[in-house]
Amino acid sequence: MAEEEFTDINGNSISLDCQTHSAFCREFTVTSPKLSLRKVMVYTCFVWLFAYAVFFFTENTAVLSSAIILTLVGMMIHIHFVKVDHETLLIIGSLGVQLSSSYASGRESTIFIEMSKLKDIVINEAVYMHSIIYYLCILIKDPADPETVASVVPLFNVRSSCCCSIAKAK
Amino acid sequence: MVLKIFFPQCCNTADSGLLVGHWIPGHNSAVVLAVIHYPFIPGQVKKYLSELQSQTQVDLTVLGSWSMPKEGKEGMDSFLKDLSTIFPQKCWLQLSREIGKRGFICQVVQNNGKLLQDREQKNGDESSEGDKIILIHYDQRKVMLSQLHPVQDVSQKSDIEPSELRLVFQTVAQSQPLFFLDKYDDGPLKLTHWQSEGREASIIAELLKQASVPVCIFLTWLLSLWHWFCSFRILHLHPVLFISSKLSTCVQSGYRAVHFKTVFSPKKAATHMEFMRKANIFVSFLLDIALGLLLISWLYRENRISKLADTLVPVADRVAKELQELLEWLMGAPAGLKMNRALDQVLGRFFLYHIHLWSSYIHLMSPFIERILWYVGLSACLGLTFALSVLSDIVALLTFHIYCFYVYGARLYCLKIYGLSSLWRLFRGKKWNVLRQRVDSCSYDLDQLFIGTLLFTILLFLLPTTALYYLVFTLLRLVVVLFQGVIHLSVDFINSFHLFAIGLRICRPYRLAEGVKFKVLCQEPGTPLHLMMEINPLKCSSVLQCYRTPTYSCYPKDSWAALCKKLFVGELIYPWKQKTDKTD
Repeated sequence: MAEEEFTDINGNSISLDCQTHSAFCREFTVTSPKLSLRKVMVYTCFVWLFAYAVFFFTENTAVLSSAIILTLVGMMIHIHFVKVDHETLLIIGSLGVQLSSSYASGRESTIFIEMSKLKDIVINEAVYMHSIIYYLCILIKDPADPETVASVVPLFNVRSSCCCSIAKAK
Repeated sequence: MVLKIFFPQCCNTADSGLLVGHWIPGHNSAVVLAVIHYPFIPGQVKKYLSELQSQTQVDLTVLGSWSMPKEGKEGMDSFLKDLSTIFPQKCWLQLSREIGKRGFICQVVQNNGKLLQDREQKNGDESSEGDKIILIHYDQRKVMLSQLHPVQDVSQKSDIEPSELRLVFQTVAQSQPLFFLDKYDDGPLKLTHWQSEGREASIIAELLKQASVPVCIFLTWLLSLWHWFCSFRILHLHPVLFISSKLSTCVQSGYRAVHFKTVFSPKKAATHMEFMRKANIFVSFLLDIALGLLLISWLYRENRISKLADTLVPVADRVAKELQELLEWLMGAPAGLKMNRALDQVLGRFFLYHIHLWSSYIHLMSPFIERILWYVGLSACLGLTFALSVLSDIVALLTFHIYCFYVYGARLYCLKIYGLSSLWRLFRGKKWNVLRQRVDSCSYDLDQLFIGTLLFTILLFLLPTTALYYLVFTLLRLVVVLFQGVIHLSVDFINSFHLFAIGLRICRPYRLAEGVKFKVLCQEPGTPLHLMMEINPLKCSSVLQCYRTPTYSCYPKDSWAALCKKLFVGELIYPWKQKTDKTD
């Protein structure tokens, strides 16, 4: 698949990769840009300078140690829970659809939706602050009544133009 | 239509033989459970399978043949093909491995002789006649032990059709008797499955299982004795019943008795939820006892309990003295407000006399307090929850005078408010119609109006005094109630915390499964798609939600608005209500 330039709604560039394992099995991977070293340095310096300024006035070393601990803990939480490295959509014909998010710390969270629960995959549009964004989502059947829709699962954390590529490729 | 074959990982390197498993109805998929090796007699295979079918309620059949290439056994392939005539099936699977390749080769022969193969399409079209095969590898032991959530009972007749994965899990879990034959058994058949290297067992686990039945019977008998004792008529007299429903110790012990009944029943747990509930209650009881013993060892180590007892009487005295000072402050000019002198003195002296009575009772009891507390402290060996309930009861008994003052103050204030509202209506020429539950106009005689207005004025001017006493004692009562509420909440927490489920999630995450994960294994041309199925464990938050033990939790009976209204009108409030029946 040709490497087109995609961006997410915040303007960061992302890349889409499509792998065909078999005639009825495909895997789409959306990769986010990595954690930028410059941002990390800027935030750390800011926090530590602020802590040093407070220390200058209060002469309490606990301020400095708490700033260090705060920075470390904040960074660990960010890479473990917030920073998504890549997301994968694996479509296996007549078995189901698997969504997997891989975080910067290596943690992976996966959900698998069986074919019998799947109603349809659609592109939905939503109004987000000042703009309209398009996102791909899966409609899941209600177990009691197969005609109604029980829940809507958004795929990937906000994409825009690559939605169309994935939908076309299906 | 895609054919899905679930293949156990333990059979990847098994010798050639027959595939035994189960066709999932309605889903065009098959679960392979074991491989039967040569030599075998087809009659014995059929007999064994029908025996197992009656034992496990799973429709076990021969699915096909499995061939593993080895030196000196090249002639197997044609032999394997002929087996399809001995075991007639609508679909005969032929799985084989080749030396040098990691993928399996799969051929499916249907009943009418038509051969379906998974071959790479040379022209690249997706023609409908080329039926596809997916081989899904699974870890047999983990799938057997795992439980898919949300839990659906097998015996329960539900409208929801079980999904394919759920059926796969159920099949493997129900086929446990198939996995009892291992390679050391001298039977006519040689099988390969996850336990064929030797059955897993532990002497301690077996001994505990054997010992648990008589122990359970004995404990159930003890419990029935306790119930017989509690059913004595004398204990059902109204005052005793009332007191025992108020004392949290009795409530807690009753609650524990119900727990024991669940745990120590000699019947084996039928469903997964029952088993988890029993295990959770048992583990939380053990934790309770352990914490209680820890508390005892801390309390009795440096004779701390005697020190506590020695400080108890001075603390009670101090509380009485503080109350006295408070009342004397109220009898003067509290916060600059001017009180009605006569009423003030009456109320103040009334309450002061109560405090005097109370402190004399405490002094009467003081020589015995140490001994009583020493023995009561030993009751913590029954569990930390018991010790906390005893503490809550002691606090309730020691602050009984505050409760009494609150009741007096509230009743007086309530009476005053009702009188005032009724006389205010009279002042305006209206009346409360009890029949119609509304306010109607009414013409009063002159003398009624006169007396009514007089009484209204008197009550109105006495209102600040009563209101102030009511306010002070309500605040004190609320402080005590808050403290008791905190103790009850912690007792509840220990009662309902499901340590076993959390421990299972951390140590054996495959037992509680939320779903599955698939991974695509390496692709080789000419082989079907191979997937690896792994168990996706339940999220910790779902564990907490799913396995809460039902408890008599304390919850605020009224909303904030209702509480404020009650306080304003002067109704007695009991903000923490014990639920009388179990809820989740």
